[in-house]
Amino acid sequence: MSTNNEWPKTGNAASEWPLWEVFVRTKAGLDHKHCGSLHAADPKMAVQMARDVYTRRQEGCSVWVVRSDQIVASDPGDMDMYFDPAEDKVYRHPTFYKLPDSVDHM
Amino acid sequence: MQTSIQLPTDPKLQYLLRIGDACLILGQRLGEWCGHAPIVEEDIALSNMALDLIGQARGVLTLAGDQCPQDYDEDQLAFLRDERDYLNPTIVELERGDFAFTVLRNTIVATWLKLLWERLRDSNDAELAAIAGKALKEARYHQQHAADWVVRLGDGTEESRRRIEAALARLWLYTPELFEDDAVDAAAKAGGLGPAASELREPWLAEMREILGEAGLVLPKDAAFRSSGKRGVHSEHMGYILSEMQYLQRAFPGGVW
Repeated sequence: MSTNNEWPKTGNAASEWPLWEVFVRTKAGLDHKHCGSLHAADPKMAVQMARDVYTRRQEGCSVWVVRSDQIVASDPGDMDMYFDPAEDKVYRHPTFYKLPDSVDHM
Repeated sequence: MQTSIQLPTDPKLQYLLRIGDACLILGQRLGEWCGHAPIVEEDIALSNMALDLIGQARGVLTLAGDQCPQDYDEDQLAFLRDERDYLNPTIVELERGDFAFTVLRNTIVATWLKLLWERLRDSNDAELAAIAGKALKEARYHQQHAADWVVRLGDGTEESRRRIEAALARLWLYTPELFEDDAVDAAAKAGGLGPAASELREPWLAEMREILGEAGLVLPKDAAFRSSGKRGVHSEHMGYILSEMQYLQRAFPGGVW
């Protein structure tokens, strides 16, 4: 926090709180799903803020927060190499099997 | 202009109004942060808490209205009383202040309300007990959220420290009122409606000592000053907040969403 009345200007990375990714579980038994991000000074504040920002309309029963800089992501430049080859491999979908009638909901 | 409503003098009604008005006026005050908090996450958090308090006020004021022969509803009680008929403790009506003032006041009031709701779960008024059960969860979070900030500011920079110390020096003066008993408390205690105000003092002080201790703050000495909002005698800030709150209902009587 600066010593005058002003909050640190945005874009000043050194004075900004770190970014956190927020995951919310909508109900017991389901997965935590990524729903957004927020700035917070530490883990405790991040969990509280996640609760306030992302669960105020009964969206969840549990939240996870993860420091954004801890996430390892694929490189957008590798997109064609990584993901395009899957395009013409329809046989990887399990839709070519004939299922017995007694098996529902597959 | 809509005429002000008249209230009967009934200890149960007054006991309920002291609680309901504390929630109502603090909720209105906290709402002033909407769009102005230092960060957007905190802006949403403060607005959430303001809405929790308004929700609590609605429940308690509805119950208070049932005590009146005129069977007032929550809106009539919230918007059509004169200043002297609001019975909130003065601390909740004080100006919005800076962020340190806000989080410390929230800590003081949430700790008090949390202890009060805990006791009111055993009220012999089933509806009040039900309101308390629900409100307790909210107050617990309000306390945690606000106390966390008090510790951060006390243990933060020179500037945050200066601000939280100034807030403490001022707000502490208004805390004795929360724990002063009178005939209303005696009747509530005797009748099983709820605890006398003074019964909450020791547990409140214990929790405040812990929070302020963690923040590295020293408890101010007791002063002779006594505020008197619970008896309807308010500070200069009350008239302004009421005129803002009541303007619409007075200008457009009975107006609804």
